[in-house]
Amino acid sequence: MALSIHRRFIVHPYKFNMWIAIVSMVMIFAAFTSAYVVKKGDTSSWEDITLPSIFTTSTIVIVISSVFMHAAYVSFKRNKVQLYRGFITMAFLTGVAFLTMQIQGWNTLMLQGVELKGNVAGSFIYVISGSHFLHVAGGVIALLVFAIKSFTFFKVHDTATMQRYQINVEVMTTYWHFVDFLWVYLYFFFYLNR
Amino acid sequence: MSAETSTHAHHVDTHAHGHDHHDHDHHHEPGFIRKYIFSEDHKTISKQFLITGIFWAIVGGLLSVLFRIQLGYPDADLTWMKPFLGKWISEEGQIVPEFYNALITMHGTILVFFVLTAGLSGTFSNFLIPLMIGARDMASGFLNMLSYWFFFLAGVIMFISFFLATGPASGGWTAYPPLNALHDASQGGVLGVDFWLVSMAVFIVSSLLGSLNYITTIINLRTKGMKMFRMPLPIWAFLLTAVIGVLSFPVLLSAAILLLFDRNLGTSFYLDAINLAGEPLANAGGSPILYQHLFWFLGHPEVYIIILPAMGMVSEILSVHSRKPIFGYTAMIYSLLAITVLSFIVWAHHMFMTGMNPFIGSIFVIFTLIIAVPSAIKVFNWLTTLWRGNIRLNPPMLFAIGFVSLFISGGLTGIFLGNSSIDIRLHDTYFVVAHFHLVMGVAAFFGMFAGVYHWFPKMFGRYMNQTLGYIHFWGTIAAAYLIFFPMHWEIALPRRYYTHSGFEAFSGFEQLNMFISTMAIISFALQLLFVFNFFYSIFFGRKVREMNPYGATTLEWTTPIRPGHGNWEGDIPEVHRWPYDYSKHGRDFIPQTEPLTQYEIEHGEHGDEHDSDIIKSEEHKG
Repeated sequence: MALSIHRRFIVHPYKFNMWIAIVSMVMIFAAFTSAYVVKKGDTSSWEDITLPSIFTTSTIVIVISSVFMHAAYVSFKRNKVQLYRGFITMAFLTGVAFLTMQIQGWNTLMLQGVELKGNVAGSFIYVISGSHFLHVAGGVIALLVFAIKSFTFFKVHDTATMQRYQINVEVMTTYWHFVDFLWVYLYFFFYLNR
Repeated sequence: MSAETSTHAHHVDTHAHGHDHHDHDHHHEPGFIRKYIFSEDHKTISKQFLITGIFWAIVGGLLSVLFRIQLGYPDADLTWMKPFLGKWISEEGQIVPEFYNALITMHGTILVFFVLTAGLSGTFSNFLIPLMIGARDMASGFLNMLSYWFFFLAGVIMFISFFLATGPASGGWTAYPPLNALHDASQGGVLGVDFWLVSMAVFIVSSLLGSLNYITTIINLRTKGMKMFRMPLPIWAFLLTAVIGVLSFPVLLSAAILLLFDRNLGTSFYLDAINLAGEPLANAGGSPILYQHLFWFLGHPEVYIIILPAMGMVSEILSVHSRKPIFGYTAMIYSLLAITVLSFIVWAHHMFMTGMNPFIGSIFVIFTLIIAVPSAIKVFNWLTTLWRGNIRLNPPMLFAIGFVSLFISGGLTGIFLGNSSIDIRLHDTYFVVAHFHLVMGVAAFFGMFAGVYHWFPKMFGRYMNQTLGYIHFWGTIAAAYLIFFPMHWEIALPRRYYTHSGFEAFSGFEQLNMFISTMAIISFALQLLFVFNFFYSIFFGRKVREMNPYGATTLEWTTPIRPGHGNWEGDIPEVHRWPYDYSKHGRDFIPQTEPLTQYEIEHGEHGDEHDSDIIKSEEHKG
């Protein structure tokens, strides 16, 4: 039989899995936004909706969150434990802030008289931003786990384990960048397709 | 850097670093639950998919028997079924119309998604991918396990819907709005459709988890020397099936979410200006056609999700049992790729009759007809593989040949149906039913049977009974043709009708329907024979005594007769050649693990006549 196999991955399987999962998530939102475009084009009953200004703020917050996440990843890689703890916690907190702002945004929409049951333009905004909300919420829960681990994990484990753990941090970073970018896309999409 | 960092999953770990997995595994022999129920071993998960698929196939088949009784024997007295079916059988002993609708809806749903997607792709992708590419397991055993259990949960939800007081979904397996968007438009719509949608959402999660694992495993975990163009054709088929799944299933999820909102939260994505029981509804501004676009963006690729794995396995089985290399290996791969790409740009041929712009219709006609080209290439290559082969007519081979036959018979009518103008006449008739049952229903089943008979020895270490296999094959192919061939004559009969007796135009098909129904019942009974053979052989079948009983070249036959978790004891074999070196240089077969000889030219590489002369003279000396 053959000699022992030393295979070098171009991309680690876990990361590859995440990338393919991202492709399928992209397809979900591609379906939503193309349905939105089709609907907007073929009905006379489309109502233009003013986006609540807090969506602009939340967009800025989620971009900042992405920056924190990246900083956390870089500090992890350079073995700067204190910095990693700080940044990953900040990424988590800004994530929570984003979720709160989204809820406020929906409240504002409600006050404007945009109802879920009302014009389909409004329904789309709720459903699409709601689906995105769930994706971020999943990420925030994961970030919470990472943040807690950043305070407990390091005491217990050696460098080798930490190096293995790095792939998890990387996958998390990829996902977080994705949902952040997704919101930026959706924000501009709503903004340009009112 | 990722090459240096390994992961928690030990199989990935060992693969990445070439540790001796064998030692590693024996430290913790898993208990019963981890070994057979919540297993992360791809082989166990595959068997779970297969057995669950068989369960659903029996349920789905039984439903078709029931509605075929209604169609073929509308006056039969079914009072004896009342103890089982209760109020779904009327006082006069007839199937209630609402139940008939539920039967056809659930038959379609179960067969398309639970049997021919999860049961087929789930079983064989899981089983064959790691074994054929030389991997210890899937990229993520945990996600793989989740994939099965999500499928299981989807099945439980769907199964519960049968016991709702108002019955399961009954608005067609496509769940078109507005019928399926309203609670009060049909009995099945009261709650059944909600169960259907939630079950489908869970199923989609299962399918996505499975697919992304298949892709990652094939791309990342191939053994040394297993280049993409040295992969056996089933692997190519599973890869592209998974790609299609990842791209199309999420769209169905979006469609289902919007439909759930319309049903339960009062939105109007798909609803516009509707009167229900004489009362106008509040909904405005939606479009039911939007749903159809979203649905068929999945729905059409879905038929290739069903048929590609069957195509891949059939290619392999035809080659092994003809003792000949597959004809046109590269053409087979490119035609799979072509089908994959085309599958995404033909969905609207399901919607020719929705009032779409005829110009747009004609574009979809063109793409649809172009699919005939790669399909024909595949058929040609299968037939030429058989041509002058040293054919073994065992059950897997028979089913593989049966697949080709059914695929041709069913595919031909696709050329008629793909034309938008002819579709005006053929739309929603039994001609369509005959077409898709032959080309993707029965054909995919034959691919699946071929796969089960062929890889059963690898799965369970025992053979299935051959005699029962022959009876199963000849009975099933006869019944399949006797059901669906005459059905083409029902070209004027609209499908999905509970009864055709009230219409002068649809009269004259009573005898034919009776014949078809009889054949359907016989066909169902024959499948029970298979089920018996399957379970009996797991425990009492003839034992496999050699590692490579078929004399096949691929890697799964280099594993122990009953491989443990990790598949190979010791190192994973290295691959040196393509998988179809049969009857080469005077040898019956040359395994993929055998290095090329000095003068040998690998398949696909070009050598000159001189080299092959040298080989011949070498052989003479030897």
